[in-house]
Order: sequence, then structure tokens, then C-alpha cells
Amino acid sequence: MTRFLIRRLLSAALTLFAVSVLSFLMFFALPRDPVTGMCPKNCNPERLERVRQELGLRDPLISQYAGYMKGIFTGRDLGSAQGGRCDAPCLGWSYVSNEAVSDTIARVLPVTLSIVIPAAILWLLLGVGLGMLSALRRGSWLDRAAIGFSLTGASLQLYFVGAVLLIVFVYNLRLLPVPSYTSLFENPLKWTSGLVLAWVALAFLFSAIYARLSRAQMLETLSEDFVRTARAKGLAKRKVYGRHALRAAITPVVTIAGLDVGGALGGTVITETTFGLNGMGRTAVDAVRAGDLPTIMATVLIAAVFVVLANVVVDLLYAVIDPRVRLG
Amino acid sequence: MSLSPVEGVALAEIESPDEGDDSGRTEFVGRSPGQLALARLKRDRTALISGGLLAFFVLVALAVPLIEALYGVGPKEQFQNRLDGYGMPLGYAGGVTGEHWFGLEPGLGRDIFIRMVHGLRTSLFIAFAAAVLTAVIGVTLGTLAGYLGGWLDTVINWITDLTLAMPFLIIALALMPTVALRFYGQREAVPAYFQIGVLIAIFALFGWTGTARLVRGQIIALREREFVEAARASGAGLGHMLFRQLLPNAWAPILVAFSLAVPQYITSEAALSFIGVGLTDETPSFGRMIYRSLDYLQTDPAYVFFPGITIFALVFAFNLFGDALRDALDPKSSR
Repeated sequence: MTRFLIRRLLSAALTLFAVSVLSFLMFFALPRDPVTGMCPKNCNPERLERVRQELGLRDPLISQYAGYMKGIFTGRDLGSAQGGRCDAPCLGWSYVSNEAVSDTIARVLPVTLSIVIPAAILWLLLGVGLGMLSALRRGSWLDRAAIGFSLTGASLQLYFVGAVLLIVFVYNLRLLPVPSYTSLFENPLKWTSGLVLAWVALAFLFSAIYARLSRAQMLETLSEDFVRTARAKGLAKRKVYGRHALRAAITPVVTIAGLDVGGALGGTVITETTFGLNGMGRTAVDAVRAGDLPTIMATVLIAAVFVVLANVVVDLLYAVIDPRVRLG
Repeated sequence: MSLSPVEGVALAEIESPDEGDDSGRTEFVGRSPGQLALARLKRDRTALISGGLLAFFVLVALAVPLIEALYGVGPKEQFQNRLDGYGMPLGYAGGVTGEHWFGLEPGLGRDIFIRMVHGLRTSLFIAFAAAVLTAVIGVTLGTLAGYLGGWLDTVINWITDLTLAMPFLIIALALMPTVALRFYGQREAVPAYFQIGVLIAIFALFGWTGTARLVRGQIIALREREFVEAARASGAGLGHMLFRQLLPNAWAPILVAFSLAVPQYITSEAALSFIGVGLTDETPSFGRMIYRSLDYLQTDPAYVFFPGITIFALVFAFNLFGDALRDALDPKSSR
């Protein structure tokens, strides 16, 4: 188990390294001159030159990259124009918002977490539960309703569902306030009422996909010999379905859930845009619009970290669910 | 990009494709798996309806100039005289009239119907082009990885993992302006065909992983079978092995993956345009229209419904058709 874990972590680290190099190249080497995008409209040549100096753009690419990575792990000294000393998770200085990128991230990451984590709990429970139930009651009205639900949900777009929810619950019925973020620790009630539409919209679309997937998996598992054998030797229905079949059917669902949750934690761009919430996704979009390279780079890296971490967690869960993974 | 394992489709197809025969007649006519699938597709009501809807959408997309001529309104024409003082369209449901079937955009007063017809064309073109490209890349890499194995397999697998770890939306978001900046100046207008090209390229760059995984699995399953061994034993070259022995037996899942990839690209294009990095306002696009409509949810709710429902219908039809295709190509399917 330990060997498996170490191997998995090493490959995750390698992937993260590759992502960081790739995104660094993409953002710092590809544009003609990254500074023109970073400086506000009325930038005079002297200022441009100073920014170039401060960012170390005259240095060779490798040392630029090394400096950036060093900043993340041990912190580094940026010029006085960039806020001076920049502590350990140093992601650079944003000329657009005039603050350290890590401060921006610390402000917007909780928003995304508050959107994604409750929504993920909701969509996993709803989706997997519905899929399993409809597989067990195949052909019933519940099954048919579940199929209809998952087909419709899989084709709907988040921005459209979000818009309809806004029209109905906020503008017409006036049941909810216009979505906004309040800290959970400050006011849990406001936190809920401000984000509940985003949860519902996300959970609706995702649970459709999960219902469909877990239904298909469960149906396949139920037709397997070991389920029949378990039933034949007299095990209770609940035990066979709840333990034996569920275990086998849930593995692919876990994989996809890991990818989805990991991806969503890196920023739910569409959700945040639709509901006007300022999380990681919005920050990334705004950074792209403003050409704010250090912020873009940071959001890409953090998103990649979430995806890779989610993959590791999925692999560990796999090892727990399916002993063959551990031994093989 | 389809995630469901379609394993064994090809295997079972080779073995006994006789289940789909019309009952009653015992006339033994050899039918290819393709003919069988087509026959099953024709009997499937869902497939017929969704296929018909898709044919309609494609037809509309192809006939854009004709429709524009008959309709008599261009996508950039503004009808300010039909808006009230606040820029809101006069009349009901966002200004729906005999002349403007789906009403007018608030603010600019452009005709929604003709913009949607144009948007449909762009959307379908991008989706199909990207799906074809991903299929080509995915099949090539998947076949090579599966058949040759060894270090090539390891490398391709690793690249696949790496691609999956990149946050697609954010990278695409960041890449679009960067690439545009590389070829065009800060204040130059970027032409629409360039944006469309970059979009297709980005989709191809990120979308091939699913197909590659799928094909690799298929090829590995086929590689050890007797007929492949026989061909290898008789001295067949690499090209013959790949194109005459292996791929013809794996086309069914590839086709299904292709048909399910198209709606995903439609969605992605709309999503990127919605965020504001895909196509600019110059080129009509569903995503862009819905983004603009967010500002008018309170005052002109009809605006969001026309593009929203159309894109739903489009993606829904593609998904249904893809599912029906999968069932038709799968001899083990229960339907």
C-alpha cells in the first residue's frame, strides 16, 4: 500500500511539474511581450521598461521559471514596486489589481469552495442514489422518470438553467436575494441563501450525468454471475445489492466524480459568471481580459493542483474499494 | 470523449451478428454489421426523431444565405425604431412580430432569429471540424499506443494524463487572447475565421484523450485475437495490420464517440463564447447571445429563452442520436 501511494504521489508531482512548465511557457514565452498586456492603457515607455526589469523578463527563461518556482516554495524578494518581500506561497505580483496574487487567491478561493463542496455533496447523493434506485427498479415509473431526468439534464446548459432559476426565484417570486457570497462563519443563513441557486443549478446538471452513469453501471453489475451466486446462496437482497453490487458498480463513478470535483474546485467559470459570484473562475476570466499574467498563471496552477490531487484521492479510494488495485 | 466503455462491441459483432434479423423469414442473406446497424436504427423511433431534428438543423445551417435572402433581414442590421426609450423591444415576448420571428435584441435592436441561424452554422461547423480532428488524432495515437505498446504506449499514456490534468476552460481562456496577440496587434481586429480556427485547434488539442483511450483499449483487446495473429504470421506489414485488420473491427465505438463528441463541442464553444473569449460579438453565437441576455433577465426574459432552448434542442438531439447509434451498433444491447 505504501509503495502504491509513493508511486502515485511521484507521478502526480511529475505531472504538476510538467503542467507548471507548460503553462509558464504558454503565458510568458508565447506573447510578443507579456508586459504590454500587464500594464494599464496609459503606459509610458519608461514604466514599461521598469516593469520589464522588475519582472526579470531580461533574464533567460529557465532562471525566470526557477525564480517563480522558488517563490512558491520558499518565498522571494520582488522589487519594491511589487510589494517588496513576498512570503512562501508567492505567486507573484499583479500590476492590474496592485496586490500580491496570493492575497487575491486567498480572497476568492473560499467562494469557489463554498459553491463546489455543497453542490458536489448534493449531486453525488442525488445522482448516485437516483441511478442505483432506478437500476434496482428497472422499468418502473421511477426508472422512466430518472431516464428522462438524466437525458434532459445532460443536454441542458448551466447558464441557461441558471438564468431560468434567476428569473423564477429571484426576479419573479422574489423568494431569494440576488446571489452573492457571504462568509459561512459570518452568517450561515446569508451564505446559504446567496449560494443555494448555484448549488441547485450545478447539482441538477451533474446529478443527471451521475444518475445515468450509475444506473448503467449498476445494471451491468446486477447481471453478473457473482450477484446471482450471492442471491442463490441465500444472502439478503439488501446485503447483496448494498454491499456486493454497489462496491463493483461504484468504481467508475468514483473516477469521474474525482475528475469533476477536482476540475470544479479549480474554478467554476460558468457558474460564477451566471450568478455573478467572484470566485476562482471569475478571477481567471477577469485576469485573462486584463492580460494579468501572474494571476492567470496562478489560477491555472491551482486548478491543476486540484485536478491532480483529486486523481490521487480517487486512486486511493480505488485501492480501498477494489483490493485488486492494491495487489496488482 | 465518451466515458462509457463500449468494450466487446467489436468482438461480439464479429462472432454472430444474427440477432437483429427480422423475424419470420428464414432466408439467409449475409449482411454486414453496418447494414444491420442501419436496419436497427431505422426501427428505433428515438433515432428517427432525433435524426430528423438533426437533419433539419444541418439543413438550416447549410441554407443560411437562402434563409437570409427569404427572411430579408441581415444579422447586423439594427432596428432602433422598434425599441422604446430604454432600448427595450416594443411589443410582447421581446418584440416578436411577423417580421422578427424571435424578437429583437434589447439595446442594439438586432434580429434574434437571423442571428441564431448564423450562430447555428458557426456552432455546427466548429463542432464537426473539431470532432473530425479529435477523432483523427485520437485514433492515430490510440492505435499506435495499443498496437505497438512498450515505451510508446507509456509516453502516450502519460501525455494523455497530462492533458487531462490541464484545466481546459482556463487554459483555453488564457490561450485564445495570447494566440491572437501573437498574430495580431493589441488594437487590431481579429478576423472571425481566425477565432474559429483557434477554437477548433484548442478543442482538438484537448479533446483527443477520450478517443485515444477508447481506441487503445479496443486495439489491445483485438491484438491478441487469432485472426490478428494469423495475419501477423502470414507476414502482414504495419499498415495492413492497422488499417485492414484492427481498425475495421473498432469502428463502431469510434463512431459512437464521434457522435457524442459533437454536442460536447457545441456546448464548449457556447461556453467559451459565453465567458467572452471564444467568438466576439461580430460573429453571431449562442453563447454570446445568452451572455448578453443575462443583463436583461429582469426586463426582457424572452431574450434568454430563444437561444437557450435552441441550444438545448440541438444538444439533446445529438445526445439522443448518439445513444441510439450506440444501441444500434451494440449487438448485446437490450433495446
